Amino acid sequence: MKDFELDSRSPKGSLEDRWTQHKFNSKIVNPANRKKYKIIVVGTGLAGAAAAASLGEMGYNVKTFCFQDSPRRAHSIAAQGGINGAKNYQNDGDSVWRLFYDTLKGGDFRARESNVFRLAELSSNIIDQAVAQGVPFAREYSGYLANRSFGGAQVSRTFYARGQTGQQLLLGAYQAMSKQIAQGSITHHSRSEMQDLIMVKNHAKGIVSRDLITGELETHMADCVVLCTGGYSNVFYLSTNAKGCNTSAIWRAHKQGALFANPCFTQIHPTCIPQHGTLQSKLTLMSESLRNDGRVWAPKRKQDCAKVPEDIAEENRDYFLERMYPAFGNLVPRDIASRAVKLICDEGRGVGHEIEGQKLGVYLDFAQAINKQGLAAITEKYGNLFQMYQRITSEDPYSTPMRIYPAVHYTMGGLWVDYNLMTSIDGLFAGGEANFSDHGANRLGASALMQGLADGYFILPTTVSDYLAQQKPLDPERNYPEAELALKTAKARLDRLLNAPDPQKTPDEFHRQLGQIIWHACGMAREKTLLESSITEIQQLKETFWQQVKVTGSGMELNQTLERAGRVADFFELAELMCIDALEREESCGCHAREEHITEDGEAQRHDDDFSYVSAWQYSGNTSLPTLHKEELHFEFVRPNTRNYR
Amino acid sequence: MIFTLHIWRQQDSQSEGYFEQHEIDVDEGTSFLEMLDALNEQLIVAGKKAIAFDFDCREGICGSCNLVINGSPHGKHRATTTCQQYMRDYADEKELWIEPWRATAFPIIKDLIVDRTAFDKIIQAGGYIDVRTGSAPEANTMPIEKEIADDAFDAATCIGCGACVAICPNASATLFVAAKVSHLSSLPQGQMDKKRAGKLLVAMEEQGFGSCSNYRQCESVCPKEISISTITKMNKLLYQSP
Repeated sequence: MKDFELDSRSPKGSLEDRWTQHKFNSKIVNPANRKKYKIIVVGTGLAGAAAAASLGEMGYNVKTFCFQDSPRRAHSIAAQGGINGAKNYQNDGDSVWRLFYDTLKGGDFRARESNVFRLAELSSNIIDQAVAQGVPFAREYSGYLANRSFGGAQVSRTFYARGQTGQQLLLGAYQAMSKQIAQGSITHHSRSEMQDLIMVKNHAKGIVSRDLITGELETHMADCVVLCTGGYSNVFYLSTNAKGCNTSAIWRAHKQGALFANPCFTQIHPTCIPQHGTLQSKLTLMSESLRNDGRVWAPKRKQDCAKVPEDIAEENRDYFLERMYPAFGNLVPRDIASRAVKLICDEGRGVGHEIEGQKLGVYLDFAQAINKQGLAAITEKYGNLFQMYQRITSEDPYSTPMRIYPAVHYTMGGLWVDYNLMTSIDGLFAGGEANFSDHGANRLGASALMQGLADGYFILPTTVSDYLAQQKPLDPERNYPEAELALKTAKARLDRLLNAPDPQKTPDEFHRQLGQIIWHACGMAREKTLLESSITEIQQLKETFWQQVKVTGSGMELNQTLERAGRVADFFELAELMCIDALEREESCGCHAREEHITEDGEAQRHDDDFSYVSAWQYSGNTSLPTLHKEELHFEFVRPNTRNYR
Repeated sequence: MIFTLHIWRQQDSQSEGYFEQHEIDVDEGTSFLEMLDALNEQLIVAGKKAIAFDFDCREGICGSCNLVINGSPHGKHRATTTCQQYMRDYADEKELWIEPWRATAFPIIKDLIVDRTAFDKIIQAGGYIDVRTGSAPEANTMPIEKEIADDAFDAATCIGCGACVAICPNASATLFVAAKVSHLSSLPQGQMDKKRAGKLLVAMEEQGFGSCSNYRQCESVCPKEISISTITKMNKLLYQSP
């Protein structure tokens, strides 16, 4: 295990000039030499597809991989509400500096100034790029682009395509990538899942992948590897992520030496459709944009909770977000809204289905908005979301309020990366949700699409080029024993999953149990003794898993049970690290609410003197004993203060 | 609710397929795919192979899921993907026949999973606006009439699931192609490529899809309600193209 200095490689000097200067200082590869360099991109959502398309266009030899049957199905497609851009089209005082500040503050001052400023700076270019690609953003009658507001901001800077912004942006990136596939600069592999990273003398030089149709294991060598494999919300089993989302690629990279940063920073989104049954396989998000016009409330009195909402008189309704946070009202950031909803339900004022003896839900009401703006205006803005809600719950949100409850939605944590988005492994980059870089302890709405595309279109093409310019291309004729070894290790692991000594339970059964443990220990509230006991529980359940997991079928065929078992195995190890991280961070910040560190009025209590750092964990050979490296955060341009949305 | 299920099983593209019968008891709030999840868990515990089927987002947007339920692509409920069908929609039925999409251009990979890479190939033939990363002008330099932008959006909501092909007696992908052409070519920034419609239709034919003879069934099963007016729009462009 090598020892290293955590160097963020953040440029110095004035914040506005850092990225420009950094680009100038970056090396470039002569166009004639680019095709000699091979780049592997794993994951083809917004970040991966945008990076692959841009790198392919530059002339590099790109290989892409996704587990879905087409890059167009990556989970970025499900993002609903919008994408931020500091265009100030509304003339409401927005600027790059304001977006920078809002994002940093929204993240509760646990992100790097340099990175966040660059993100805000690039936000404008992303909108330009998407419009030129034909992304049909919403427009005003004047023909100019429309905007809406989102949580955590007092300006309107969110661009949107009805409730399908992620879909439209992903299709833009997918189409750009498709063009490169047709031109031969990208070779794409669908239904193909990364099993491990191939390391050659401490450099990332390839991957082992499994063809999910034939079961064949393959090795692919390259001059660098880019992971854009998304987040790990599915560790909780029930989340708003697509069923296939997993941590395996970044977790295997972690076990090869890549540091994992802030694993316990997971976003719980306040407006999701509440859980309704035990067979339920996932939760569905209702876009944050709904809070623009919807008012969140719960009954004031417990005895009203079982009534239908229409029978609860206006004076008996508690519009608690408006009451608690008059300045931001229903548009407070996600972590704050989620905690408020939990507080109300814990008081016994929740509504809807009972789960484990508690009614888990509050109302999101559009009656007033429909009254004021008319049915047509509300349908225009939220039609598809209302329809989705109606499909799932068989209730009509036009006539009765929606019921919502928080659910896991996004993970701010991820692989530690420097300013170049390179992990602590030389030649291994991470983009999009897979890295930890820009959102600190809480992500503001409409920022995930922005970050994925900033990484993919604009940052990785520069920084990957800079890296490659300093490498000699791999010799395509040479055989690497490291690749053969990695392939054998991957095969052994699959064999172990297929041949547990006492096979009894399905991978999903284990996954549900793990989800329960981690949701209670490392969900909306965290507390020392529960975290400690949960770590033990996770360790025990993991042992049982390897003894009793039952996978039918073989490794040499399409086998979804085997795929799931492999992902669950990694979730166990990650879940333990999340609890260890949550235990170590003896403060509350953003999404991380330690019950021991809450102010009198229920807000997160940061301890900047002790915890103003990024926790970057190194695998030590034993998943229960990781080594902590701290990257201190320095604030030169903003002063971390207490977030106040009241 | 108790159902008798007849599910298509097929080991791989080379093997013969057959219907396999199962019984299941689920409550009405269970989604169709969760019902299959439950069945699969029972099969695994009994030592049998799980039924392979495609799914991912389970909120009707990724386009992965694709079952023909009692002869209807995506199932009973209109304008809805398979994953958003709920068992309560099937309260009147006792038997459910569950099959994959059937089309030459979508060969079966296993059980209920088909290969839809032909759709990717069509997009690769010209289903994009050619703009280099970084070369885009300021977004508001080109105002676009709201009505045009809204129409482009409606066409752009296609999720590429392939239900239009599955229902079409010709197994044609014309609605899929027309949706993309209509999305891109109605926007001013997409009008540079005058040959887009032709290129995509040639690719469609090469991939083994049939051509359109106006059965109009595609529109009726499209989960995103893409209108066949996109086909009219595409045909108009075809006549105008050089």
